[in-house]
Formats: sequence, structure tokens, C-alpha cells
Amino acid sequence: MAIKVVNAVIAILGGIGGAIIIFWILNKLAESLKGRWEDRVKPWMFAGPAILAIAVYLIYPAIVTIQYSFANEDSTQYVGFKNYTDLLTDNTFLQVLLNNVLWIIIVPALTVVLGLGVAVLADRLRARGEKTTKTFIFLPMAISMVGAATIWRTVYDYQPEGAPQTGILNAILGFFGKAPVFWYGQSTLHFNSLLLMIILIWTQVGYSMVLLSAAIKGVPEDTVEAGRIDGAGERRIFFSIIVPQIWPTVITVFITVLIGVMKVFDVVYVTTNGAYNTDVIARRFYDELYTQGNNGYASAIVVILLLAVIPILIYQVRHFRAEEAAR
Amino acid sequence: MTTTLQPGTGAPAGEPQIVRQSKPGSGTGSASWPVRIGLLVLCIAWMIPALGMLVNSFRPRDEQFASGWWTAFFNPFGSSWTISNYTTVLTSDAAGIPMAQAFLNSLIVALPATVIPILIAAFAAYAFTFMQWKGRDVVFVIIVGLLVVPNQVAFVPLVKLYSGLGLNGTFLAVWLAHIGFGMPLAIYILRTYMSGLPTAVIESAKIDGASHFTTFWRLIMPMSMPALASFAIFQFLWVWNDLLVALIFLGRGDNTVATVALQGLQGQTGAGRELIPAAGYITIIVPIIVFLALQRYFVRGMTSGAVKG
Repeated sequence: MAIKVVNAVIAILGGIGGAIIIFWILNKLAESLKGRWEDRVKPWMFAGPAILAIAVYLIYPAIVTIQYSFANEDSTQYVGFKNYTDLLTDNTFLQVLLNNVLWIIIVPALTVVLGLGVAVLADRLRARGEKTTKTFIFLPMAISMVGAATIWRTVYDYQPEGAPQTGILNAILGFFGKAPVFWYGQSTLHFNSLLLMIILIWTQVGYSMVLLSAAIKGVPEDTVEAGRIDGAGERRIFFSIIVPQIWPTVITVFITVLIGVMKVFDVVYVTTNGAYNTDVIARRFYDELYTQGNNGYASAIVVILLLAVIPILIYQVRHFRAEEAAR
Repeated sequence: MTTTLQPGTGAPAGEPQIVRQSKPGSGTGSASWPVRIGLLVLCIAWMIPALGMLVNSFRPRDEQFASGWWTAFFNPFGSSWTISNYTTVLTSDAAGIPMAQAFLNSLIVALPATVIPILIAAFAAYAFTFMQWKGRDVVFVIIVGLLVVPNQVAFVPLVKLYSGLGLNGTFLAVWLAHIGFGMPLAIYILRTYMSGLPTAVIESAKIDGASHFTTFWRLIMPMSMPALASFAIFQFLWVWNDLLVALIFLGRGDNTVATVALQGLQGQTGAGRELIPAAGYITIIVPIIVFLALQRYFVRGMTSGAVKG
């Protein structure tokens, strides 16, 4: 144990010191060049390590993954579109896609609506009440999804009929004389997926609330006042004056949650490990990569995910360009 | 509420025009009782699952399975309490490795994976903000696009690459992965902040003959502290809470981190099941402390308008 601590300290100091030394050397190298060359080379010395990290850990692997998606399970031979046709004709995989679509439809929208609701209502409390309320709602945001899934065992836990129930939901059922339900197994209408979504929403509403609350406080008071003078009711003021002004933030929150949901993995992996028809893309990917050892399927799944992300990517870049132009 | 306005023209003098105005229903302190009670109920509901796990983590095994946590919560003196769940899970191999070890591993993974990318990203953000170079804008747009690309794109080739280099299962493997995965967001946050710094200060430093290296260390880094802190908290929590990267590159050996150990413990049905709540709190205590202590910076990091893929 002591050795590990020492190693950790060495790693931290070594890593940081090493990074500083590398930049110092790169800078000296650039300075040793004369005149215009120094100005030309130096930016690449400063940005180079970061660009290298991104190239090695995101761009290069992404290209290789696309290549692997057309190859067999150990990436030794090209198989054309076989991986894609296999997956898209596999009923279990189509169910996985459907589950992901449900997650995408339900979670971001509910997170935004709930977050907005809490933000609006908490805004009416006095400063201390507002801060306390927000801290409580926001706290789960800091917790890992593994931790959150563990915490929710106290709600969803199931013991066979006759045994004492230790989960809140089954205890309530028992109170009314009903038999306990194995919640994670209730796949009718994807009810169990919905229960897992609640865990994710529990952690994300705080994020949505904080951003939207900041946006609401940024709405100029005179626009609200103008609506009031014109005799608009609270509801009208909210939907016709406040919501249009905070719309960019609503979109930001929606997209951030959406991206998180598209690659949701932890909560499903920890609770059901994809059983009872709760599987999602990222868990299936992990399964293909590790349990099945099929690089071809795993890569094809990632490419499908990547294709789904492209519209968001285009939006993100456009949004950034517009913001830069407005600067 | 009604307000009387003195008319300009149109209305006969002496007869004030009455404008109907709606009542302000929002603003600080205007909450009605149903709103207050509703929010109180929501807060309680939000905390109940975490409270349940906290109560259970201090209950002995037989009581944990004999009744729900609420039994002990509402009858604290009629129930037995123990810290043995904590001591057992910290020191025994119930979760694969002792949680104390896993906790330490999490720190070993998270600290360098937080500090090193910040330094690298700060240099890059400086180059993107204060230096003129060919290709700068194109490279930055690519980085903005990469913000939303899921990390999954990297796993298949990296696992292959790492096994060729013998890196799988080492801390170096996860550090490097987190440096790469965290880089786009780090550069984005820091560049956004730096481009808001007063350019006059930088210009005058240049006139005084300060090199870029000096300007960076003496001026830009100290001035960027709020953004550096925000990203540091963000990245630390992200790495500490991560399951997938740790699962793929570290696995379940001696170097297992807390989240992976906690996940492994979930499968327990017999002995060791009573340890899950305690292991859960050991895993989430650091993020909770970091969050409560540094909430302000955390919020600032989130409101900086970034999206992480």
C-alpha cells in the first residue's frame, strides 16, 4: 500500500513536471529558430501536444474503427457490409436500437421539463430556500451512475413473496396486500427501461435546473414588466416572454443530455446488464467487444452510433460558427 | 393591481385612463404555500434513495435483510447499528480487492488524469487565442466537432494498440486515455475563457518584450484560474465517476478503481451483499465532498456552454 502511495505521488509529480519540461524544451527549440520561422513554429509547439493527444486518442481510432467495421471479428479480413447486415437483421439488436430511441425520446425531454419546473418554482423562494432546494436537487449530479444505480436499489429492490421487502416500491405494494414485483423484469411496454431512465433523470435534472435557472435570472425584468402592463397572465408571460428568451439554453441542455443518453452504458450495465429487454447500444457494444470478442460487430455498432451523432455534430459546429461571428 | 397613467393625448383631461395590469406572480419571496410544500416534498423525494442507502450501510447484515431501511430510520433506538460493513469492505476482498485499495487506485487514476490535461490544454488554448497561425480556425472547428463524438469510437483500436504495447491494466493506459478524451472539452472551456480576457494586458506585455512563454506563465495562467478550477473539478469528477474507461483499460485486477469494484459487488447474492451500501458510500463520498465544497466553480464550469461527448 505504501509503495502504491509513493508511486502515485511520483506519477502525479512526474507527469506534471514532465509536461512542463516538454513545453519548456519545445519553447526553447522554437526560440532557437530565427525571425519568422520562430513565429511560424511556435504555435505548433504550444498546441502540438494537445493536437497529438486528440489525434492519437480520437481521430486515428475513429478512422480505424470505421475500417474495422467492414472486417471480420478479429480484424484480419474484410467482409464488406456483412457486420451491418447481420446486426440490422438481428432481432435482438433492433430491440436494442428501439430501446435507445425510447431513451432518446424520453430522457432529454423529461430532464428539461423537470429542470425548468424546479428552476421556475425555486426562483420564487427566498434566497436561502432557493439555494438549499437547488443543492438537494443538484447533488446527485456529482454521483457516478454506478453509485446512483446502487442507491436506487433501496427503491427497486425485490425479495421473493413472503420474505421481508427491502425496496420502497415493494414495501408499498405489500402494505396494500399486493404481491411483490420484480421491477427490473417488467418488460411490458418497456416499463423496466423507464425505471432505469428515472435513475438517469434523477442525476441529470440538477444540471438542467442550474443552467435554466441562470438563464431565467438573465431574462431582463423590463420585458416581463412590459408583459404585465399589457395584462398578460403568469402563464402567458412564461410561455410568450420567458421561454423564447431562454430557448438557446433549453437547446444546450437538451443536446448535452441527449449526447449522454445516446451512449448511456453504466446504469444499464450495473442494474440489469441488458437482460429483460433493457439493452442499449453502448452496453451491446461492450458485450460484443469483451464477452463475444467480435471487433467487427463492436466497430459497426460504434459507427452506427457515430452516424446518429453526426446531425448533432453539424449543429454544434454551426452554432459555434454563429457564436464566433457574433463576437 | 391597477395603475393610473396620465394620458398624453386622446383621453379627455381630468379623467385618468385606467390600465389593467397583471399581478406579479414571480420574483424572490413570492412563492405561495403550495409551491413551497411542493418543492419541499420534491427535495425529500430526491434525497430518500440516498438516505435509505446511508441508513442501510450502518445496519448489520441480518437486520438489512429482515426489514427495510425505514424500519431502522423511524426506530433508531430499537435497532442495532454497526460500522463493520465499512471496516469489512475496506479491508476484505469481498469486492474483488479491498475498497481501501480501490479508493486509492481511484485517486491515483483521477489526480494525474485531471492535472496533466489541464496543462496541455492551457498551452493549446493560449495558441488558439493569442497566436496567429495557419490552420488555427480549421483545427479549432474540428475540436468543437469532437466535443460530441462518443469515446466509444476509440475503444476497439486502443485495446488492440494497448495489448501490443502491454499497456492494458496499467495506470498509464487510463491516464493517457483520459488525457485524450478530456482534451477537446478542456481546450474549448479554456479558450472560451481566455478569449474574454482583456487583450490590452497581453499587448502591453508584448510591447515590454515578454515572450509567449513568459506571458503564458506570468499573465494568462493566473488570470485563467477560475476557468482552470472549473475544468479541474469537472474532469476530476468525470474521471472518478467513470466506469467504462476503467473497465476496459484497467479491468478487475489489483489496479481496479472504486466504481468497478462497486459494480462487481452488485452481483453478490449471498455473503457480501450487506456490504453494497457501505461500498457505495465509499465510492461516492469524494464527489459529494468536492461538489459541496466547490459548488460555485462546478456550476460555472457547466454554464460555460460546453457539451461533452
